[in-house]
Amino acid sequence: MFDALSDRLDGILGRLRSRGRLSDGDIDEALREIRTALLEADVEIGVTRSLVDGIRARLVGEALSKSLSPAQQVVKAVHDELVRVLGGETLRISYAPSPPTVVLLAGLQGSGKTTTSAKLARWFRQQGRNPMLVGADLQRPAAVEQLGILAEQAGVPMFSEPSDPVAVAAAGLREALRLGRDVLIVDTAGRLAIDEELMDEVRRVSGALSPHYTFLVIDAMTGQDAVGTAAAFHAALELDGVILTKLDSDARGGAALSVKEVVGRPIAFASTGERLADFDQFHPDRMASRILGMGDVLSLVEQAEREFDHDVAQDGAARLLEGRFTLEDFLAQLQQVKKLGSLGGILSLLPGVPKELKQADTAIDDRQVSQVEAIIRSMTRQERAEPAVIDGARRVRIARGSGTSTQEVNQLLRQFKEAQAMMRSPGMLSGMLGGAKGARLAGALGRSKGNPLADLGVAGGTGATSDLGDLGFSGGPFGSGMAPPKGAGGGGKAGGTKKKKGGRVTPKSGRPGRPA
Amino acid sequence: MLALWITLVVLAVALAVLVGLGLRSRRRSRGRTPAPPAQAPSAQAPPEAQPAEAQSAEAQPAEAQPAIPDAAQPELRQRLGKTRGALSGYMRSLRARGSVDDTTWDELEEALLRADVGLPTTTSLLDGLRGRVRAGELRGPEEVLQGLRSDLEACLTVTGGGLTHVPDATNVWLFVGVNGVGKTTTIGKVAKQQTAAGRSVILAAGDTFRAAAGAQLAMWAERAGVEIVRGAEGGDPSAVVFDAVQRAAARGHDLVLADTAGRIHTKVNLIEELKKIRRVAERPPGTVSEVLLVLDATTGQNGLAQARQFLDAVTITGVVLTKLDGTAKGGIVVAIERELGVPVKLIGVGEGPDDLIPFVASEFVSALFE
Repeated sequence: MFDALSDRLDGILGRLRSRGRLSDGDIDEALREIRTALLEADVEIGVTRSLVDGIRARLVGEALSKSLSPAQQVVKAVHDELVRVLGGETLRISYAPSPPTVVLLAGLQGSGKTTTSAKLARWFRQQGRNPMLVGADLQRPAAVEQLGILAEQAGVPMFSEPSDPVAVAAAGLREALRLGRDVLIVDTAGRLAIDEELMDEVRRVSGALSPHYTFLVIDAMTGQDAVGTAAAFHAALELDGVILTKLDSDARGGAALSVKEVVGRPIAFASTGERLADFDQFHPDRMASRILGMGDVLSLVEQAEREFDHDVAQDGAARLLEGRFTLEDFLAQLQQVKKLGSLGGILSLLPGVPKELKQADTAIDDRQVSQVEAIIRSMTRQERAEPAVIDGARRVRIARGSGTSTQEVNQLLRQFKEAQAMMRSPGMLSGMLGGAKGARLAGALGRSKGNPLADLGVAGGTGATSDLGDLGFSGGPFGSGMAPPKGAGGGGKAGGTKKKKGGRVTPKSGRPGRPA
Repeated sequence: MLALWITLVVLAVALAVLVGLGLRSRRRSRGRTPAPPAQAPSAQAPPEAQPAEAQSAEAQPAEAQPAIPDAAQPELRQRLGKTRGALSGYMRSLRARGSVDDTTWDELEEALLRADVGLPTTTSLLDGLRGRVRAGELRGPEEVLQGLRSDLEACLTVTGGGLTHVPDATNVWLFVGVNGVGKTTTIGKVAKQQTAAGRSVILAAGDTFRAAAGAQLAMWAERAGVEIVRGAEGGDPSAVVFDAVQRAAARGHDLVLADTAGRIHTKVNLIEELKKIRRVAERPPGTVSEVLLVLDATTGQNGLAQARQFLDAVTITGVVLTKLDGTAKGGIVVAIERELGVPVKLIGVGEGPDDLIPFVASEFVSALFE
């Protein structure tokens, strides 16, 4: 999942530098690529069409920027358009004057409603509320039991009874009032949008509750059907928002765009994993990058923050900077990285990865990762610290111990040595973290205390200028030199985008009790 | 906390090394066919139980492939009821046009994309048809539509579609897939059908992660009247499958249906866990004769990525396409079969125990067009 779009556009538009503006022909060609990218991301075909028209309108007559390549400029236009569509006002929950505030969840089978209900309950609790869950899915075997277990994990009470969904909803509401709970979250059974009987049922459930918020729960990997489903649920229930689930997959998530266009209500939350904690506000700019196949660096950062052992990370980082990074360190860091999921996927999200590597369609085989691990584990402490002592005999031993060949052992040692040399070269870090993506990353992280990047003299390291809603493509690969970004999107931004930044900063501060 | 960014730089180093290793040789081979089951050659195609209310059930000879029902109405179309096929909206317009022009191709492309066939497969199919029109092989929209139908059918008839059951062995059918696709429900349906077909079935509650997953499967076991082996919540799924195989062998059951937890295909540790489950299931006396990827018919292009990963990890032998009653699309299976050679074996058309029918390519393609 590399920056395919940017690269493809590079191919088409790369030769345009000399001219002053994009011609209609250029725009058409570029739009074809954009259409392909959107369709491959599962954006519904009608929505794709209107998006492409919107992007054309942005590009026509636009002068070629001096600091961005034509491809970058086009990608920025696309990105901005997607952010505009996905964004709009963030949903701010306003609580009912007389409690409880009732939240109703609906959606197709398997979309993740039950888990989301519990996540929402936990979220409300974190906001200082007293939520209660109602299990109104009486259709799926053991659904109520499932919700009960999750409710316990979330630390909230759950109510249900073996009658019928409408009765359960009404009774649940009464119970919430009796117990003085101020938020009520009602889980319902999955149902097909074309099933009139069941759609009627959920309408009646809604009638019994008069919910303040009705959310459609939709799976991020949904294809072209997303529009039909969303439209039908919206017509039946008048949705207030959408919750997108299973974003921990590598699905590009174009359904988000389709649904947003059709329903016109905010995407309120994003569910990013199976644990109750994997639940967050929705970030339009991150989603836009993801849909365009540009990866989502910031989510990676947050995930890494959650998963990494800080001491291990700290040690490795220190040694890295001091040029003392050994195979032992490599092994330790590798364990950390594995927690983030498939390494192949991560590669695409990192800034500054050279094009050649990306194009190789290697899809890092996680088997090879295991092999590398095995090889290092077969080494002695000393060998890991000083690979120079590894002579022929030792190589054979290591190969045998790890179930690999001496060639593979040699390869690893050679590659590692090269990588070490790369890490020591002064311009490397700035090169890797240069470019817009790197600046964005650096900026995001620069918010944490004592950003050493500034010490290394990397532009954008102060974090002040980098806008989180900024360009998301790699501008500083090895190949194109180590120049720091030229005001990577910092200047010439429309007021609208700036405002978005203000709204976006909350995620970090919004999280409870994390030391900086 | 020392700024995390440095760790990410470390990642980059790690990856640079690994990619360097990766560039050597290992390219995944495309289109490989799944390995045949470990032991005996796939014997009789199973006598697939026809759902109770189907047309006067012709007794299927045990050896035959699941025959195309010779009753009047294709079963799938019947089951899909009011859902419109992705191409149906375009049929009249396409036919009304006297000749084959650019608009024809545009509309066909749009239609196929709406069916989630995906851009690469769509382009390839249409290029082929365009070539034949240019060569004069196909004349007029009707012939083009026919050509498209047969091409689609051809894509979907890669290998034999029957479910494999090795005689005189403790067969294990493993059900895998991402979260929420319908694995557990499918097992419930399969249990009922296979029992009706005369097999002795036992269920393995291999989803030890999801809250109340065991309880959910237990209810299906009860409905089908079969035994179930469960483990502790949060326990080792491999152990549950192992126990189930042991019990099956001891008590003379010939089929173990093993449920697994839904898992995103990019999560390394979960995929490793799944590989282990398969390995354990394969230990004698177990014979893993089917590894079925359960796929939601509303899934978009990610379905192909899922299939690829699961094929690589546990060599899936077939796809069960679920929730087709909501959509009449599921075109991603065309790409899956075409690129990976994995056949669709079963189709789920509802939440009830009888809502599972064998996959018949011509019926599936017809449903797209209607």
